[in-house]
Amino acid sequence: MNTELFGIIASFALMLVIGIPLGKYLAKMFAGEKVWTDFMKPVENGIYKLSGINPNEPMDWKQFLKAMMCINLLWLVYGFFVLMYQDKLPLNPDGNPGMTADLAFNTIISFVVNCNLQHYSGESGVTYLTQHFILMFLHFVSAATGIACAVGLFKAFRDKTTNDIGNFWNYFLKAITRLLLPLSIVVALILTFNGTPSSYAGKDKFISLQGDTVNVSRGPAAQFIAIKHLGTNGGGWFGANSSHPLENPNYLTNITEIVSQMIIPIAMVLCFGYFIRRKKLGWVIFGVMMIGALLLLIPSIGSETGGNPAIAKMGIAQPTGAMEGKEVRIGPTATAFWSTFTTIVSTGSVNGMHDSTMALTGLWQLLGMMINGFFGGCGVGVLNYFIYLIIAVFISGLMVGRTPEFLGHKVEAREVKIAALITLLSPFLIMAGTAIAAFVFTNHGSANWAVKPSAWLNNPGFHGFSEMLYEMTSANANNGSGFEGLGDNNTFWNLSTGLLMILGRFLPIIGPVAIAGLLAKKKYIPESAGTLKTDTITFGLMTFAVILVLNALSYFPALALGPIAEFFSMPK
Amino acid sequence: MKSNIVKSIRITLVLTVILCVIYPVAISLAGKLSKGQGNGETITVNGKVVGYANIGQSFTKPQYFWGRPSVIGYNAAGSAGSNKGPGNPDYLKDVSNRIDTLLKYHPYLKRADIPAEMVTASGSGLDPDISPAAAKIQIQRVAKARGLDVEAVTALVNQHTESPLAGLFGPAKVNVLKLNVALDELKK
Repeated sequence: MNTELFGIIASFALMLVIGIPLGKYLAKMFAGEKVWTDFMKPVENGIYKLSGINPNEPMDWKQFLKAMMCINLLWLVYGFFVLMYQDKLPLNPDGNPGMTADLAFNTIISFVVNCNLQHYSGESGVTYLTQHFILMFLHFVSAATGIACAVGLFKAFRDKTTNDIGNFWNYFLKAITRLLLPLSIVVALILTFNGTPSSYAGKDKFISLQGDTVNVSRGPAAQFIAIKHLGTNGGGWFGANSSHPLENPNYLTNITEIVSQMIIPIAMVLCFGYFIRRKKLGWVIFGVMMIGALLLLIPSIGSETGGNPAIAKMGIAQPTGAMEGKEVRIGPTATAFWSTFTTIVSTGSVNGMHDSTMALTGLWQLLGMMINGFFGGCGVGVLNYFIYLIIAVFISGLMVGRTPEFLGHKVEAREVKIAALITLLSPFLIMAGTAIAAFVFTNHGSANWAVKPSAWLNNPGFHGFSEMLYEMTSANANNGSGFEGLGDNNTFWNLSTGLLMILGRFLPIIGPVAIAGLLAKKKYIPESAGTLKTDTITFGLMTFAVILVLNALSYFPALALGPIAEFFSMPK
Repeated sequence: MKSNIVKSIRITLVLTVILCVIYPVAISLAGKLSKGQGNGETITVNGKVVGYANIGQSFTKPQYFWGRPSVIGYNAAGSAGSNKGPGNPDYLKDVSNRIDTLLKYHPYLKRADIPAEMVTASGSGLDPDISPAAAKIQIQRVAKARGLDVEAVTALVNQHTESPLAGLFGPAKVNVLKLNVALDELKK
């Protein structure tokens, strides 16, 4: 056993040790039961008072979604203008310029929807003001939005028949005051005491040992990086994200960052079970997701530690694995580990460059984002999985010839239609987007944009195609990682991925919450011998099969053209 | 709708104060107690800052240990990797050239002695570390350029080898800047 393997086993164990009890806590906390964080109540009441909000006002699903959409639209508009005029605002010690309209459009959508695709570089594209007041603010509130919507869905199934799915503001604020903010403080302190800068000092200049003059970008990064992971956001302070030695200075911070991005997604799944008083359902979903995660994780580790066959052919030793785009203090094993989790949970932060990972690792990364329901982003992971559940219930119902039911409510045409539309949305957006990009690349190579289409790709052949496919997939999945070789700061990519991100965020939130709201209103049917039980291993496997079949059918052709073709063309 | 807009604006303002002022300023104040006062940990020689402990720098002279290839030339104003795919022919040519250069300056090496990280670019372009194996292959060259005993340099490398976290987790590594600073001090 080597220490790199021990490192990821420890990280994995820590995720479970923290994530599982956190799930129980969240269920109690959101249900309004007594918890130890009740000391926050006076603070929350103060915030409600200042905001004119009554947190006990019941909401039906439409009112709930209206409140959610309203505040999200406000952030979109407000953030767009601040990003464009950031050069004229304070807290800009490095004198960075304002954003172009298309870049501001892309960036603000990206952060409002918890995607954090970044077409700028943190060191030169934003100021300390926009990093904190816009981007870090959105790290918190976009995660809280996702969590609040998931809890709204949970609430719909807690009671037998109800119109009330809870108060959006209540869940939203509690997600911040009792989950994201306290954990961020802990993580930010760990980071800053391990070498991540946290002061407001601007760039520094020094003369190196060999006599070169070097500038170093710094800034209040620890605060930002903490919530970037806890909120499954992923947008980095520095351009190189968590592979940057100030953003992720040592192995301890690496463990801290990977664990902190997994605990809330794990907790939310178990929270579902505890919240609706069907503990077993939560654990079955957890099991399916964990099997899915491991099936993506193990081969990724295998292909990264195996090294690059083309470099092996040159006679070079790859004792720990492939090292291009990776850092020595982290190592290929922990980079492969991170790359799987960051793609399944929609964080999209990276501790090594995905563009330089092996062909098959790229395949697993893409697949993780396409499925987007193995744990998934803060709150939205459960919402995505819920759609798979409804499809699985429907198909099982057809197989046994009974009206499909979910948790005591009949699933009828209207709900299945919504679920089907949401399921079809992702492949449609990803495939159509990639097809258009490939078309522009081939036929309009010299279009007069900031980056000419003919210069978009950093790699030739199949890998170049993967760069475009990855960008569209990442945008739709609200992941935010990239095959960063792609020249993406130009009108085409800023507008197209902006559109994909906003559709890929709000429709998969509105759909599940609407289905839950519609189901909750229906008459409750008590369980009988003929009821399809959804908290069994059999049904778990059924859901897993549905996920597999849906995604294989949707994405195999595109994946065959990208990473699979690349794999077969590598020297053996 | 109108009431939602007013509520949205008001809660956004209140949360901005908490999340964008109180929280980061509090962490920043706590950070003052850390090594480097939250500005990043620096390394000084004779009272002059010669670099950041966590930021790699370019070493090309024969009397220094070299770090990894960087596509940004260790310019820490930014950060980036090569983003080259594993089978990219131009990239493989670069790697091949790096191997040749390395062999030229270390004629005593066989190809199989060269660890991959010495011929591949890091993700950030600022990787401050190399593996102990990558330091060992350079000992002979450095010792010769400085007129030092191989044993003395080897001892210094061993002394600067940082073991995995708690001896158990993650890779062992050598911080190139710290090692080179120690080398300079050894001469005196």
